[in-house]
Amino acid sequence: MPSSVMPTSRSGVPGSPAAVSAVGLRKAYGDKTVLDGIDLRIPAGSVFALLGPNGAGKTTTVQILSTLITADGGQAQVAGHNVATSPDGVRAAIGVTGQFAALDDLLTAEENLLLMADLLRLGKREGRSRTGELLERFDIADVAHKRAATFSGGMRRRLDLAMTLVGAPQVLFLDEPTTGLDPRSRRTMWDTVRSLVAGGTTVFLTTQYLEEADQLADRIAVLDDGRIVAEGTADELKARIPGSHVRLRFPDPAAYGRAAAAFPGAGQDDENLALRVAGDGGLGTLRTLLDRLDTAGIRAADFSVHTPDLDDVFLALTGHGTTDRGTTGTAAPPHPEETPR
Amino acid sequence: MSTLAYAVHDSMTMLRRNLKHAIRYPAVGFGSAMTPILMLLLFVYAFGDAIGAGMGGGRGAYLDYLTPGIIVMGVAAGSMSTSIAICSDMTEGIINRFRTMNITRSSFMTGHVVGSVIQTMASAVLVVAVALAVGFRSGATPLEWLAAAGFLTAIAFGVTWLSAALGLISKTVESASNKPLLIQFLPFLGSAFVPADSMSPGLRWFAENQPFTPMTETLRGLLSGSRIGNDGWISLAWCVGIALVGYAWSRSLFNGATRR
Repeated sequence: MPSSVMPTSRSGVPGSPAAVSAVGLRKAYGDKTVLDGIDLRIPAGSVFALLGPNGAGKTTTVQILSTLITADGGQAQVAGHNVATSPDGVRAAIGVTGQFAALDDLLTAEENLLLMADLLRLGKREGRSRTGELLERFDIADVAHKRAATFSGGMRRRLDLAMTLVGAPQVLFLDEPTTGLDPRSRRTMWDTVRSLVAGGTTVFLTTQYLEEADQLADRIAVLDDGRIVAEGTADELKARIPGSHVRLRFPDPAAYGRAAAAFPGAGQDDENLALRVAGDGGLGTLRTLLDRLDTAGIRAADFSVHTPDLDDVFLALTGHGTTDRGTTGTAAPPHPEETPR
Repeated sequence: MSTLAYAVHDSMTMLRRNLKHAIRYPAVGFGSAMTPILMLLLFVYAFGDAIGAGMGGGRGAYLDYLTPGIIVMGVAAGSMSTSIAICSDMTEGIINRFRTMNITRSSFMTGHVVGSVIQTMASAVLVVAVALAVGFRSGATPLEWLAAAGFLTAIAFGVTWLSAALGLISKTVESASNKPLLIQFLPFLGSAFVPADSMSPGLRWFAENQPFTPMTETLRGLLSGSRIGNDGWISLAWCVGIALVGYAWSRSLFNGATRR
């Protein structure tokens, strides 16, 4: 029974046993390689985010780890069970909430939860109490006797997660849990994830929202085109790209030339007549900077302050940014969405 | 609990789910009883005199001839509704939830098939009730009625497994809901409505060699005391054959879906 096996460590520190580990996972559909050698190690009791654009292979990774599909190569362990040789052991320890709510529309919210309790063989009394508890916790007690088909998107997602939690899983897979949710429902989902982690659950999350990974995850892996291109804490990833800087643009080549001489350490962008001066963008730094420009008698056309966020990290690491394709901004390029069926 | 006890428990849970669907949305089950009932009334009251006269009897005699055929047709068509239920589960998210849970794999299919057989037999009872109400008279003993019920269950079981496989190969619920038409049409090309030997030679050959003719003749024999002869064994063999093919096909389709 899943509820009787609790993780030994609740700290999520790197030394604790791995709840999920994978070496060299590969998967291809026809001649299209979806996963090209994925390595993972997720300590028990931590939150791990797999960040990537549509089509990067996030859902495929979750499907392999949750025993829905088999990998073409490599191996993976979840909660101490090999996904290929002991899928039932894995299934007894995990809960999966996918991108699309997996509920029985014809049954009521309560019946959906009781169905899970029956399938988990919890017994009548425990099933009832678990169901009541989850209805309260996910704020769907007042609609417990309404059919799931009548629920709004946010309510469906809450019921879906509640169903996943009937078995108190050790390892929880959340595949894009907030895609399509309004901001308020998204916050609620985040709070839920945090409280689960506080209770010792290991969470494996996929997302295409940088903010979500930053908010929730202890460690983040950036997945791009079937490969993990970077892994670390949010801060470690941010440290991998150039730090804060002030960008100064000049009206003419003469001013630009003099400024370049005045700031010998600055990065030069000749094409745009702009300099990148390292600095944190604080008031003191800015004042010093502007004083130096005044002293040298140079007028800047404009300036802007850049602080790196995960967006920068993402673009820098995946190369899908300004450098490669001339696109700026937040969204990754429009890969076709994967639909392995 | 042993593996077998788990399998029974999980299958019962799935069966309860499907019966709950059926009770909550009786339209589906009711619909599968309505078609044979309307056919029965249409053929008896609209065509009954003419066909009955052609067969050397009257409307009453035709009702007695027709009823077993209508029951077999209803059971076969009703069993086909499984494909819609299975296809709808497969195309919605719930199947992936079941697949990531530690439950007996086969319980999903078993629950659907057993649930469908129960529903089909319930609508068969309705069809028999209407037939009796409009004047169908059977000289069958209780034992023969029991044998008829068992025989119909065998047909339902076989056709349901075939229907389950058709549900699994259907990509959309719409295409799943078209497939039963094939099975619904077959009894027309058999001895359900008129004797096979009154048909044109090519059709007659088909009618005599397709499964629904011996099935209809067997039920006719059980309910009206006519000779069953080899038809009993032939139709049971058909039931077993259809069930085995349907079961093996469903099983490989269902398992195959997880091996990608």
